[in-house]
Amino acid sequence: MIKVTNLRKRFGDLVVLNGIDFEVKDGEVLTIIGPSGSGKSTLIRCLNFLERPDAGVIEIGGVRVDAEKCTNRDIRRLRLQTAMVFQNYNLFRNKTALQNVTEALVVVKKMPKKEAEELGMELLRQVGLEDKRDNYPATLSGGQQQRVSIARALALRPHAILLDEPTSSLDPELVSEVLQTIKKLAEMDTTMIIVTHEMDFARDVSDHVIFMADGNIVEQGPPSEVLDHPRHERTKQFLRSFHANRKR
Amino acid sequence: MGVNFDPLYIFELLPRIIRYIPITLLMAVLAMILAIAVGLMIALARNSKNRLLSAGAAVYISFFRAIPMLVQLFLIYYGLPQLFPVFTKMDAVTAAIIGFGFKQAAFLAEIFRAAFHSVDKGQMEASLTVGMTKVQAYRRIILPQAARNALPGTGNIFISLIKETSLAFTLGVVEIFAEAKMQAAESFRFFEAYLAVALIYWLLIIVYSYLQQKLENVLDRPYRS
Repeated sequence: MIKVTNLRKRFGDLVVLNGIDFEVKDGEVLTIIGPSGSGKSTLIRCLNFLERPDAGVIEIGGVRVDAEKCTNRDIRRLRLQTAMVFQNYNLFRNKTALQNVTEALVVVKKMPKKEAEELGMELLRQVGLEDKRDNYPATLSGGQQQRVSIARALALRPHAILLDEPTSSLDPELVSEVLQTIKKLAEMDTTMIIVTHEMDFARDVSDHVIFMADGNIVEQGPPSEVLDHPRHERTKQFLRSFHANRKR
Repeated sequence: MGVNFDPLYIFELLPRIIRYIPITLLMAVLAMILAIAVGLMIALARNSKNRLLSAGAAVYISFFRAIPMLVQLFLIYYGLPQLFPVFTKMDAVTAAIIGFGFKQAAFLAEIFRAAFHSVDKGQMEASLTVGMTKVQAYRRIILPQAARNALPGTGNIFISLIKETSLAFTLGVVEIFAEAKMQAAESFRFFEAYLAVALIYWLLIIVYSYLQQKLENVLDRPYRS
């Protein structure tokens, strides 16, 4: 379970997160949508302290961290509860696909190399890339890189996976292979928080949707409510502009 | 009367000068190792959030980039023993290696710093999110990528070092240049002697450049699409 209480973050005078509260139950998928600059990326990056929140309490899988009084050790313990999939993949460029998956197993979890490689191959198979084990990221397509990064995230058996706009850098024809992979994870009851602009996908996989604007949660609920019958004018406006863009 | 030039004398000299290549290379290689170690520390200190460390590194770089190599060698070999008597025991080769190493460390620090900056920020973020410590991330992910970026610049520093070792003759070290000088003084065939040593430097640099190209090819492999 993930529980976030009163999360606050500002960059100088700009309030980016204005007291955010939400919960995600085990096995659930939460999608965060909203216009750019609404704070959704900052929110997901605060959950593993890539951005340091100014205040608030984050609790993930039994590890509870209060942003105002936490040590580097607390932060590392919290980070081990999640794994992240980035918009730009951020695969380790000096490592092969398989090494990207096994790196943390060997270095962080101290797993014997052989065992790590077996698990790594199993995960590459799961994302359909076992034949790319020895390829370096530079030789993979964006979609393939993102699938490797999903395998890398799964390797740590994290409590939850955080996905920050996982398809936003991809060429349109490569988006579906990545979405399919994420959907498969959702069907296996992987706890996930996803920041995305893919509304159809959000409707399809989410148990819960949060709409954010200007550092606040404007509206949240199941996708059938937030995406199909939004109550707030701000949400309606966002979804309208989104649909209008798509028709163009 | 013909031109006073005896090409055969060059061939006579080459084997004599070549005997001193080991001492030239010893100074260059050890100074390089020292420069890489010190340069890396200075680069990390310069990038550090600790103001004192960063300022100290900046002063180091500024000082060692400014003073001429020869002045620095004299400062170390003739100057330091005056302040600290232990240094009277230091031989000229050691003094030269320290002098070359500390100076080139300043130049390497700037190259390394740029190389670290050129590694995408996302690489550190990804390392942290899989649970690595910053030290693990630097060692396994950032440093190898930075090394590849730093190699061409670092190679130029090594080439400078090979050539700079000729200054060690001023401390009384007999390396290839000193030997050529002594041969010239004996035979009065200055042009032949200095041409011979020039050719040897050229050859050394050609061989090194070839090796560096090989190394670059190996290090580049992961990044070729």
